[in-house]
Amino acid sequence: MNDSESIRKGFATYTEGVEKSLGKFPERKGKFVTGSNAPVDRLYTPLDLEGRDYLTDQGFPGTYPFTRGVQNTMYRGRFWTMRQYAGFATAEESNKRYKYLLEQGQTGLSVAFDLPTQIGYDSDHALSQGEVGKVGVAIDSLADMEILFDGIPLDKVSTSMTINAPASVLLAMYIAVGEKQGVTPDKLNGTIQNDILKEYVARGTYIFPPAPSMRLITDIFEYCSKEVPNWNTISISGYHIREAGSTAVQEVAFTLADGVAYVEAAVKAGLDVDEFAPRLSFFFNSHNDLFEEVAKFRAARRVWAKIMKDRFGAKNPKSWMLRFHTQTAGSTLTAQQPDNNVVRVTLQALAAVLGGTQSLHTNSKDEALALPTEASVRVALRTQQIIAYESGAAETADPLAGSYYVESLTNRIEDGAWDYIRKIDSLGGAVKAIENGYVQQEIQDAAYTYQMDVESGERIVVGLNKFQIKEAAPEGLLKVDPAVGKMQEKKLADLRGRRDNAAVRTALEGLATAAQGSENLMPRILEAVRQYATLGEICDVLRGVFGEYQQKVVL
Amino acid sequence: MLVAKPGLDGHDRGAKVIARALRDAGMEVVYTGLRQTPEQIVQAAVQEDADVIALSILSGAHNHLFPRVMELLAQKGVNDVLVIGGGVIPEDDIPFLKKAGIAEIFGPGTPTKATIDFIRANLKR
Repeated sequence: MNDSESIRKGFATYTEGVEKSLGKFPERKGKFVTGSNAPVDRLYTPLDLEGRDYLTDQGFPGTYPFTRGVQNTMYRGRFWTMRQYAGFATAEESNKRYKYLLEQGQTGLSVAFDLPTQIGYDSDHALSQGEVGKVGVAIDSLADMEILFDGIPLDKVSTSMTINAPASVLLAMYIAVGEKQGVTPDKLNGTIQNDILKEYVARGTYIFPPAPSMRLITDIFEYCSKEVPNWNTISISGYHIREAGSTAVQEVAFTLADGVAYVEAAVKAGLDVDEFAPRLSFFFNSHNDLFEEVAKFRAARRVWAKIMKDRFGAKNPKSWMLRFHTQTAGSTLTAQQPDNNVVRVTLQALAAVLGGTQSLHTNSKDEALALPTEASVRVALRTQQIIAYESGAAETADPLAGSYYVESLTNRIEDGAWDYIRKIDSLGGAVKAIENGYVQQEIQDAAYTYQMDVESGERIVVGLNKFQIKEAAPEGLLKVDPAVGKMQEKKLADLRGRRDNAAVRTALEGLATAAQGSENLMPRILEAVRQYATLGEICDVLRGVFGEYQQKVVL
Repeated sequence: MLVAKPGLDGHDRGAKVIARALRDAGMEVVYTGLRQTPEQIVQAAVQEDADVIALSILSGAHNHLFPRVMELLAQKGVNDVLVIGGGVIPEDDIPFLKKAGIAEIFGPGTPTKATIDFIRANLKR
């Protein structure tokens, strides 16, 4: 039988044979590495998994430690949610794109906001000049939000909103739109990103310093656990950490370390872990190395389950589950030969599905050049549908489990993640490790190594540093109408003329007083939103009380 | 040499990689950090006596922010600083930006060496 002694012997014979033939048939290179520069062996065998236990390491889908997935039937029950991140120009334009995507079979919405909205400035603010409607939709007040979801019943769709520093304001606007549609908050489904820590290290749309930011976040946890029970109150994100250049291990480690910081903050604020933890969700990147990425998702689930059970003593199995959204890796898309990006996205999306994602965004081929056109978004969505309906990857749970390679990678990523988490703990936790620049430096070092490997030709990027062709400038890219800024300015002027300005003032003064104290701010923000206070006005009140974050510049 | 991030864009992987590559190539580099207004950038360039300003932007606001930097430099009577740009910038916009005085635009996938070579060949002082 396959006792380990016989396997060891067989492996020795195999290795001997290989070494004999290497002189005549050398391997392609001296060193093989994953997409994250981790060493890859020639062959993986049961010997690599010696001492590991199936039930403790892998277990069954839907049971602790969830290595094999969070649902017991995975995609045999239902597919992941196909959710394309979209939004540009005005609420009117974006509403049209959402309706188009829903008609095409998309199953959830994902709202991209423009930078002024994400940083809490109205469209008529001096710093908004040139940015309005560019990377997402411009939302200045509840009036814009009403247009954005016009004709989209909020009790029928789930909506993910990529909003962080002003997440409570946008969530309040969503609740208020629901009220106008006759949908009560307990019927709302969706997610706000609400993950400020990764904004400080990798994404940049911070407003307030860490302490008041953490308070806003825990206020949301508490408010939603009572009023909006089906809402995912945070999407703790590794996506942007990876896009900033981190390795797969760093992506898992820094994301989960941020998660630890949020849980600690909420527990410290007096919340019971099992009250809010089931609504925590995650967001990961799916990069080029298929097996490493699958292993990464599996390892992340296992580490988080252990953290929640052992470190925080959570009792509810839902608190142990790492549920996550995935987006394919924007940074891997090339501006050169953009059609090739469809293939990259397919492999990355497959990794996400094999890794057990709960929802997925597939990038469009033209995103290294501009915002995607309707046609390229359709191909990206079709990619998911082909994986779902044609590839067979969704027919059984965790299909790569038991692969010596994938299980070894899963173990290696888990070990690497624990090392980093311990290191961050020793620095005083994620907030401290960010404030002193440690996390940023680790990411930047990895990003620089990657770039140098591409430039030296050590790492091949097809169409970029090998197999290049002469090509004409791409045509038919999406252009945002520069008049959007002016249109939003006019809408704002009209709004300020027709709303009840005395009521707005009262609501904002109430918010300022509350912010100086310690009460939950969500009801105050909701009241200001209902009175059509603008996003900028609300954030200005909070800036006045909380101050603004000063970035730690690390090179 | 000043590497700067104008506007509200938070994507600074490229800016930091470039800054580090330039430093490794022997140049003295200052990186501004995020969210710089054109006024702040020009002020920093004057203060640091920069020979080169490298602007990085991926948010699509380049047509507004890049020419503004050039305008402010001209107002200060600075005309011997080499200004280059990088990021996600559509081909169609490049002639307009060059006309405004940006010496070259480097798109996604440009090797750092190409940027370094360009700077060495085109320094104005």
